Amino acid sequence: MNKAIKKYWPVFVLPTMLAFTIGFIAPFILGIYLSFCKFTTVTDAKWVGLSNYAKIWGDASDPFLHSLWYTALFTVVSVLLINILAFVVAMFLTKKIRGTNIFRTIFFMPNLIGGIILGYIWQLLLNGILTHFQRTLTYSSVYGFWGLVILMCWQQIGYMMIIYISGIQNIPGELIEAAKIDGANSRQILKNVTIPMVMPSITICTFLTLTNGFKLFDQNLALTDGAPSKMSEMLALNIYNTFYGRTGYEGVGQAKAVLFFILVAAIAITQNILTRTKEVQQ
Amino acid sequence: MNVRKAKHGTLLTVLFTIISIAYVYPIFLVLINSFKKKAYISRDPFSIPQGKIFVGLDNYVKGIQKTGFVQAFGLSLFITICSVAVIILCTSMCAWYICRVKNAATNTIYYLCLFSMIVPFQMVMFTLSKIANILHLNNPVGIIVVYLGFGAGLSVFMFVGFVKSIPLEIEEAAMIDGCTPLQTFFQVVLPILKPTCITVTILQAMWIWNDYLLPYLVLDIKKYKTIPIAVQYLKGGYGSVDMGAMMGVLVLAIIPIIIFYLFCQRYIIEGVVAGAVKG
Repeated sequence: MNKAIKKYWPVFVLPTMLAFTIGFIAPFILGIYLSFCKFTTVTDAKWVGLSNYAKIWGDASDPFLHSLWYTALFTVVSVLLINILAFVVAMFLTKKIRGTNIFRTIFFMPNLIGGIILGYIWQLLLNGILTHFQRTLTYSSVYGFWGLVILMCWQQIGYMMIIYISGIQNIPGELIEAAKIDGANSRQILKNVTIPMVMPSITICTFLTLTNGFKLFDQNLALTDGAPSKMSEMLALNIYNTFYGRTGYEGVGQAKAVLFFILVAAIAITQNILTRTKEVQQ
Repeated sequence: MNVRKAKHGTLLTVLFTIISIAYVYPIFLVLINSFKKKAYISRDPFSIPQGKIFVGLDNYVKGIQKTGFVQAFGLSLFITICSVAVIILCTSMCAWYICRVKNAATNTIYYLCLFSMIVPFQMVMFTLSKIANILHLNNPVGIIVVYLGFGAGLSVFMFVGFVKSIPLEIEEAAMIDGCTPLQTFFQVVLPILKPTCITVTILQAMWIWNDYLLPYLVLDIKKYKTIPIAVQYLKGGYGSVDMGAMMGVLVLAIIPIIIFYLFCQRYIIEGVVAGAVKG
């Protein structure tokens, strides 16, 4: 059977692999190569070694380091807030409350709206509130920061809640019954039964929120566009602006992109290993 | 005890009703403001449109004209539907093949797909847009190839996860009965894969419909604008934004999604859960 299928590879695998090569493999390899070059398009690249990587640091007009810390802080705050709130909401909505289905529907809805549109919705609302205090979102990067945190919570709590709900519903009822019979109070049940049992969901949700936070671009672009003076610019937007906002810096942009990739990959892998070890074998 | 529990439940229902209303409020606010004269939108977004502030559908008309919203909507629809269809067809075939034919090449493909999932778009955006330009993929048909390539990782991964659980005997029986591999795939395997197809469809459609940066960089944006590009285009260069037109376009962009969501809610939520468990 294996052999019969094998010679059909041009039909089964070739289309995907061609597109995959165009859409991923070639750009990826070329991207790594170009990060060591000076270029304006892909055809005029000149090898310059590590100088692009050196230029990333210590450029006063380019707040790369600031955006790195800004992004890291944003990610930590948003991961914690989103996951805790989503878990709490999921705990409530798995109890027998009237209307849980409607609540779930409503909480999930913002996920389907695109980042650009979400950004402008919240710009209107937050600026509306802030005008009463004679401020705007772009007054300081702190406002932009919390604006983005609120926006991301609003968007992602529903998504994570859905995943947590399915995790909680998969806990066998007998397990909680047994804990109750053994005299555990509700806090002990939560700590020793529920949380260990939903650990797979926690792994997935922290993974998703973590990578979403680091890669955030659309919302950042629409909500503040980095204002004031690039102080609310996150990593992805910083890289984009280096590429397309400054001529002659394409190489530096590509070098930043490579660092960005390494960072995201390292975080994703570390997180996966860390939470996987905490999962209960079933 | 029972009375207390019931009271507790009602209290929670009330609490969540209030939170839900607060949750929908931002969308509602945009809707209100879409009927206001543009000068009043940023000055006082919370007031109700009445009297001379109310402009009827003016903002919608202006928004549609300024952004070419109708074409943008059509283009978004075209790109999303075609890309998702192509992704489902090609990646399910690819996944089945690499599950059934085990060798070094198929293993490499699988791990490359896995790897591609953690690579952020910024890593490849510049080179991808240049390559797409050179290969003349900078049009609505060409971008389907780009989406297939960049979306292949996740879909292949999810399909492989499911194909592994299909018992081999079913396919062997079909082959013994004289089916070619193509017939086996389309008549036996693909129907079994239907739940995964739905999951992949939902995840990819949500991504492609809302994607801004990839089409912005790949497409020739003088000619082609998808909805997110059209919305961002309103902001334009350095001039002030026409908030009225913006509100109109935002509402127009949100309404189809909400209608779609309310109809396909069950599939969307199940798709997300299934996708998360596999991912």
